[in-house]
Amino acid sequence: MIRLITTFLSGGLFGVGLLVSGMTDTRKVQGWLDIFGDWDPTLAFVLGSAILPMAIAWNIASRRARAVLGNALPGKPRVEIDRNLVLGSLMFGAGWGLVGLCPGPAIASISWGGTGGLLFLLAMLAGMMIAPAFRARLTAMAAALS
Amino acid sequence: MEIDWIWGIVGGLMIGLAASFHLLVNGRIMGASGILGGLVDRTGWSTWAERLAFIAGLALVPVLLIPVYSGPVVTNITGNIWAIVIAGLLVGVGTRLANGCTSGHGVCGISRFSLRGITATIFYLLAGGLAVIVFRHLLEVI
Repeated sequence: MIRLITTFLSGGLFGVGLLVSGMTDTRKVQGWLDIFGDWDPTLAFVLGSAILPMAIAWNIASRRARAVLGNALPGKPRVEIDRNLVLGSLMFGAGWGLVGLCPGPAIASISWGGTGGLLFLLAMLAGMMIAPAFRARLTAMAAALS
Repeated sequence: MEIDWIWGIVGGLMIGLAASFHLLVNGRIMGASGILGGLVDRTGWSTWAERLAFIAGLALVPVLLIPVYSGPVVTNITGNIWAIVIAGLLVGVGTRLANGCTSGHGVCGISRFSLRGITATIFYLLAGGLAVIVFRHLLEVI
């Protein structure tokens, strides 16, 4: 039960941070990606100041075996750069630029995003649902080509 | 404009602290697409309650701030339905294929110098910048 409460709090603080930082405004996100237009630097400040405390947290985690609630901390990250990582990131980035929403703000926008936000969330859920089949299709195609 | 930067830094610190808390207390990596996607395709079904708790916090807690927040939340979401549907599908499939998004690869990956996190971030920024050039400046649909 305690874990559900602490996890709820992580999600809550994440959401508040997204709202306070202005990342719920799609025009700000697109403004940062728009290097040839009227460039808005806000997102760089958000990402930079989010990475800083997290780097300290990873440093603390590297000297501990377990999290406060007792389970094992995540192991070392995978290192291989593969087709799915690159292609998936390109697809994600294209959608992110097109509308200005990534998964975190899309979930948070349930509360204030209106029909547009809800439609985006539903389409994103549909995308997540077909992702395993898409991944399998890619693997099959790559195998056929090689 | 300067005030936006300050709010960006304050909000960014909150996002970083949320990710730190999630790692050190709950022992998990705070990646929005992974937490939600694991429920959708059932690969994370064994931890469904935790995932729902995170999503509930993310969706409900910021609302409590709205009364003290200056006016309604501005989203500026495009009115182009096709753009919304296509973008949503791309974000859904893409983040699951790449195993992460801005929070998992960006915030949690870069901060531990993860090669995959840094690579993913380079490619999604590249594609995002290109999408804005094409759809805003060339096609003028957004």
